[in-house]
Amino acid sequence: MSGYTAHFKVWRGDVSGGGLEDFKVEVNEGEVVLDIIHRLQATQTPDLAVRWNCKAGKCGSCSAEINGRPRLMCMTRMSVFDREETITVTPLRAFPVVRDLVTDVGFNYTKAREVPAFVPPAGVAPGEYRMMQEDVDRSQEFRKCIECFLCQDTCHVVRDHEENKQAFAGPRFLMRVAELDMHPLDAAAESGLDRKTTAQDEHGLGYCNITKCCTEVCPEGIKITDNALIPLKERAVDRKYDPLVWLGSKIRRRSSAD
Amino acid sequence: MSVVDRQEWDVVVVGAGGAGLRAAIEARERGARTAVICKSLFGKAHTVMAEGGIAAAMANANENDTWQVHFRDTMRGGKFLNQWRMAELHAQEAPQRVWELETWGALFDRTKDGRISQRNFGGHEYPRLAHVGDRTGLELIRTLQQKIVSLQQEDFKETGDYESRLKVFQECTVTRVLKEDGRVCGVFAYERESGRFFVLEAPAVVIATGGIGKSFKVTSNSWEYTGDGHALALLAGAPLLNMEFVQFHPTGMVWPPSVKGILVTESVRGDGGVLRNSDGKRFMFDYIPDVFKDKYAETEEEGDRWYDDPDHNRRPPELLPRDEVARAINAEVKEGRGSPHGGVFLDVSTRMPAEVIRRRLPSMYHQFKELADVDITAEAMEVGPTCHYVMGGVAVESDTAAARGVPGLYAAGEVAGGMHGSNRLGGNSLSDLLVFGRRAGRHAAEYAAGLSGARPVVDDVQIDAAAAEALRPFSAEAETEEPAGGPPENPYTLHQELQQTMNDLVGIIRREPEMEQALEKLVELRVRARRAGVEGHRQFNPGWHLALDLRNMLLVSECVARAALERTESRGGHTREDHPGMDRAWRRINLLCALTDPTGGLAATDPVRGQIELTRETTEPVRADLLALFDKEELVKYLAEEELYE
Repeated sequence: MSGYTAHFKVWRGDVSGGGLEDFKVEVNEGEVVLDIIHRLQATQTPDLAVRWNCKAGKCGSCSAEINGRPRLMCMTRMSVFDREETITVTPLRAFPVVRDLVTDVGFNYTKAREVPAFVPPAGVAPGEYRMMQEDVDRSQEFRKCIECFLCQDTCHVVRDHEENKQAFAGPRFLMRVAELDMHPLDAAAESGLDRKTTAQDEHGLGYCNITKCCTEVCPEGIKITDNALIPLKERAVDRKYDPLVWLGSKIRRRSSAD
Repeated sequence: MSVVDRQEWDVVVVGAGGAGLRAAIEARERGARTAVICKSLFGKAHTVMAEGGIAAAMANANENDTWQVHFRDTMRGGKFLNQWRMAELHAQEAPQRVWELETWGALFDRTKDGRISQRNFGGHEYPRLAHVGDRTGLELIRTLQQKIVSLQQEDFKETGDYESRLKVFQECTVTRVLKEDGRVCGVFAYERESGRFFVLEAPAVVIATGGIGKSFKVTSNSWEYTGDGHALALLAGAPLLNMEFVQFHPTGMVWPPSVKGILVTESVRGDGGVLRNSDGKRFMFDYIPDVFKDKYAETEEEGDRWYDDPDHNRRPPELLPRDEVARAINAEVKEGRGSPHGGVFLDVSTRMPAEVIRRRLPSMYHQFKELADVDITAEAMEVGPTCHYVMGGVAVESDTAAARGVPGLYAAGEVAGGMHGSNRLGGNSLSDLLVFGRRAGRHAAEYAAGLSGARPVVDDVQIDAAAAEALRPFSAEAETEEPAGGPPENPYTLHQELQQTMNDLVGIIRREPEMEQALEKLVELRVRARRAGVEGHRQFNPGWHLALDLRNMLLVSECVARAALERTESRGGHTREDHPGMDRAWRRINLLCALTDPTGGLAATDPVRGQIELTRETTEPVRADLLALFDKEELVKYLAEEELYE
């Protein structure tokens, strides 16, 4: 149960600028980075801004970059670092800073709104939904997402290219499209919405070049690239190059315009 | 003259957990322009922490299940103190609320024939909990969040504005419910990000802020659980009901210290996990109380058979209601039969194959692996009680969720009292959120519509007073009216002392002198909290936020301590060492907490009177057809003589 003193560098500042500040702080056995940030608040810097909530890896609030790697502060054990190592905590780089470790994650909420919602099947009353476990397994994997936005932060399509944010929904929301597309009872197609096409045309699926950075940082261990993005790309491509599908979509479009 | 920004809405919902979001959906669908205010980001509310499931008598796993059986279990779990009409509505409506989630895109785990799978839980006679692994709360919050987004998409199509009829004000805190002529007229709030004040004018306000766990040191609750809604209601003149009943969940993590209190889901026991002491004994067999004697297995063999053949065996006592299990664990540790870090052992590793554990309890597996270096498929967990839930809350009308005494004020979810009596069954919280969230949203919308042009108006005086109260921590150092008061106080220190006080003196086992000591300490803290000072400015300043939340925690803590001192019996989430038995005479008594000084002054620092006044009230007799669901022999254990023969 031996405590020790660790050296932390924490980014402090706001929109107008800021920099890393040095701290010496006590660490005890079993603690995580968020505990240390809280100790700083309680003992050295009461106004240090940080988002957190459940402290159990379930809500996805305390996202930050620890030694440059996007992580949840509540799930990063201090024991993974050497005692001599300086631990640097900075805000998520892909989003504008509000203050200290808090960033404006509004981009994600904007993108969430752009994905058309689940379309309930016509004529199936509440209580009459029947789905087999093996048919919901895949979408359930994606619904494990805690919206920590670490994948959105790390994805190089937007991390270093602010200009892509307009056209690109990011891994989290492309995965949301995949989740709905694989939902056994989603009736989007019947309502005239082709999620595969919109993934490509509206949500920027084509920007993704499957480097799997998103999968690597996912604290839930969701295989975003392999299970959501690549299959979605394959389905989108099938749709685009299948002449029958192409013809069908032309005919349907014409008849609905009448 | 006030320059605070004002907006007009029909219904304002405070809180964006399960109850708040369900209320907002209902109000918006009934035509009310609805605003939701929450302290965290949208989708992060404490509901995400719920693990086990949603209790609803859908009869998918056992065809004998009905709302009547669910009602009966709920009343037994609450030791008959429940506001029975709420328990009735809850049991009747829960299945529809769950099925509705599927039409909004929720994906529950399935039975073999494709219906919603249901699992066993403590106190539930049949497998009843709709679930998604052990992350049911996340599925619930995400589904409601996505339903809100879909309503906003509809509004966008029609009006060109996503937020024309339903808007979420995230990372904002409400500090006052505003009133005019005795009726609700809006809320005063600040943006956490900028510190900017604003007022939402609305004739109807739904409080859905959850619980109070952050007043205790060892808790499964997040920072948001500072009793805001309880305090807002009190300050607005609405009474709180039965605040002495606080649920200590039997199984929280006990090691390492930094994660002490984090929840270990009851599903572990529902799926076959067992509790053992340091002698390796399944001690729960020694702790079956009289009222439950004939409903639980007496031998390990019978308990084990029950998992496969529930119709011919009785359930193992690990699945007693939470209050019973928490007390048992507490007693074992006290007798010196605890685990190395002061808990007991919870074991699934010898009960199920590793891959089944990983599939059914994925986040427990993950949580122990990541935070405690424990592989639950190979070794036992160490667990102990943790403050989890408050059964007490705003006194409401059962059918409408309207707060008593304040027209326009509604409360739903954990912040509302009554539904769970003296102890809540696992799984009944998520269903409570949905059933009463919907009812609150509906009645708030109808009330607002009924007022049409005759809405109360917010006056500037109130706004100025609320602003001054909120800014007080910044001027604490310059305080001149209390020269002898002492130096400014650190809000974090005050908070820690409060948590220690409540944990040690008004915790799982209570004694009269300790609670009296707690009340004295609360007075001291309240005086010191007036000097809570903060550094820096108003932009995203957690020290300031905590200083403001302290007012709420202190108010609510006093309610808990005062009511706990008054109730001289042990029942559900209230255990008195000096009054160990359940007393039938107390079953009919509700304790109501109200503000001593209803003019709103918080200066009441009289240690004897304090800020809270208690009154007793006799509960309404349980309706005869509901009583008829129980055997006479069972009722004798709970009801007073005169009630039985009425």
